Amino acid sequence: MSKILITGLEWIDVRYPLSKMWNEHLAQYYAPKNFNVWYYFGSLALLVLVLQIVTGVFLATNYKPDSTMAFASVEYIMRDVDYGWLLRYLHSSGSSFFFIIVYLHMFRALMYGSYRKPRELLWIIGVFIYLCLMAESFFGYLLPWGQMSFWGAQVIISLFGAIPYIGEELAVWVRGDFVIGDATLNRFFVYHVALMPMILLALAVVHIIALHEVGSNNPDGIEIKKNKDPATGIPFDGIPFHPYYTVKDIVGVSVFLFIFCVVVFYAPEFGGYFLEKNNFFPADPMTTPEHIEPLWYFTPFYAILRAVPDKFLGVVAMGASIIVLFFLPWLDRSPVKSIRYKGWIFKFALFLFVISFFGLGYLGMQPPTPMKTLFAQIFSTIYFAFFLLMPWYSSIDKTKPVPERVTD
Amino acid sequence: MRRLILTVTLLLPSLLFAASGGVELKKAPNDINDQASLQAGAKLFVNYCLGCHSADYVRFQRVGKDLGLTDSELKENLMFTTDKVGSTMNIAMNKDDAKRWFGVTPPDLSVIARARGTDWLYTYLLSFYLDPSRPFGVNNLVFKDVSMPHVLWERQGWQKPVHKTKTDSSGHKHEVVELELVDKESLTETEHKAKVKQYQQEVRDLVNFLDYIGEPAKLERQSLGWKVLLFIVIFGIFAYALKKEYWRDVHS
Repeated sequence: MSKILITGLEWIDVRYPLSKMWNEHLAQYYAPKNFNVWYYFGSLALLVLVLQIVTGVFLATNYKPDSTMAFASVEYIMRDVDYGWLLRYLHSSGSSFFFIIVYLHMFRALMYGSYRKPRELLWIIGVFIYLCLMAESFFGYLLPWGQMSFWGAQVIISLFGAIPYIGEELAVWVRGDFVIGDATLNRFFVYHVALMPMILLALAVVHIIALHEVGSNNPDGIEIKKNKDPATGIPFDGIPFHPYYTVKDIVGVSVFLFIFCVVVFYAPEFGGYFLEKNNFFPADPMTTPEHIEPLWYFTPFYAILRAVPDKFLGVVAMGASIIVLFFLPWLDRSPVKSIRYKGWIFKFALFLFVISFFGLGYLGMQPPTPMKTLFAQIFSTIYFAFFLLMPWYSSIDKTKPVPERVTD
Repeated sequence: MRRLILTVTLLLPSLLFAASGGVELKKAPNDINDQASLQAGAKLFVNYCLGCHSADYVRFQRVGKDLGLTDSELKENLMFTTDKVGSTMNIAMNKDDAKRWFGVTPPDLSVIARARGTDWLYTYLLSFYLDPSRPFGVNNLVFKDVSMPHVLWERQGWQKPVHKTKTDSSGHKHEVVELELVDKESLTETEHKAKVKQYQQEVRDLVNFLDYIGEPAKLERQSLGWKVLLFIVIFGIFAYALKKEYWRDVHS
């Protein structure tokens, strides 16, 4: 039996580099042995991406991208399709969990300096993935065709109108109509199920290729490739990804699935954060809801948008808040990568950054008041200061000596 | 600054009142596992709501199955306009006519419990009161100037607003509106209590049914959930044991 398998594998290997790829990316990919809990989120993000694609395919087989039928077809899935409710909740909760995982994954990179040389490109590809994810979820949120779907898209697309000269024309071009309508729904459906998933998958593959080229960072921010066994060329502090990290990540997957399924089965609306109450009213172009807010994962940026009194400058600030991420590898001038060896200034800056990100996230959900706008302005300033002042504070920060080898 | 805060706090109730009715919502004592309550609610729903409101996504057959009713029980008690158990709870009333008669088309109620929330529905159905300035003679504390007549009046009786002044914990006096039955005086204390309780019970059943049709899968979801979680826990134990076994040589 095993002889047949080996012959079969040889037959394939002559025609396709199967064993070579297996070894390069799993069995002989050497990852640092000191990964901590923050290193689960990469594999979990991949898991959720696959989950979203699989559930999305089944949902799309019963969904109707037609403004007169969309809302009803979602309810049809919820009631008449076998386990349709499960597919839909897996998908809707999956999108929120995707963002939770990606935010934690990015925060890990911030803490341990995973964006620093030689991983600049890896980080940049990651920011592109994040951008695509935002577009993907924005397009997808229109599909249930509820009040928040409709008015959320209306508000965001009207932002294009703030661009001087071409703005209004551009907004009409994006919508395919003067208001959000059937044309918009149709194109958003295509972007959501075909265009964006294709780009996302491609970028995820590129992200992993880039990672395996430079090698994984670790909580100590030490390059394990600098300390190799001269005989074998294997880093002293490296262990093969498979089986060590595959079996470890399966434990992470079990913990994640437990939390995820508690939400899917017992709190799919998650108090209105994952599925908004207002979205159970069918889209009605004649009735504007009293309060329009995006889903939770966009609210920090929505708060930055609203913090600026001028609409166009608000759009610019919101765009800049994401674009600034691309420059992070060159903003950090600290001689060390990991927070473990950075001084109090960086720790304090990161603490303030996290506070303002959560603060902005909260404020983006609230109807604006003068007091809340003031807070949004303060938090936005801290958000940008964290990045823009980094060249200065990271170079004067007192660092600790970095050990030669990773610590356990 | 202090004065500003004080003014805002004092004005706030009146601002809220103007915006949304400003009534504190009562907690709906719901339980979608209470089949008797769901059956009672279903009966009220088809008799009082389904004339003007549709529930287009709700199938009679599914209701029958989940509420433990046979097809013949279903046909006798809940189905008046159709005899096909596979059909949905749609209505004959034309949408344009409805708009002419009521000012707005009565909304479909399939997912109203998910959109409004059960507490809102419960409080809303308890909060109709006489108001001669309105076309149907009634208004609602939760939904100001609502277009809907008080369909359940024969079950509740009519209510009138009573203005009271209440002192809150910080010593401020507030003008609050409470509702009480118009014929309260003509009833004995026990009769009055029983009447109020009877109606609250019926509204509870009705809201319970609305909650159920909002998401019929909720019953299935909650009973499947713990089995899935149990599987994941067992799977996780094995996964952890496997990881521990493999990592023994890394730590040594």
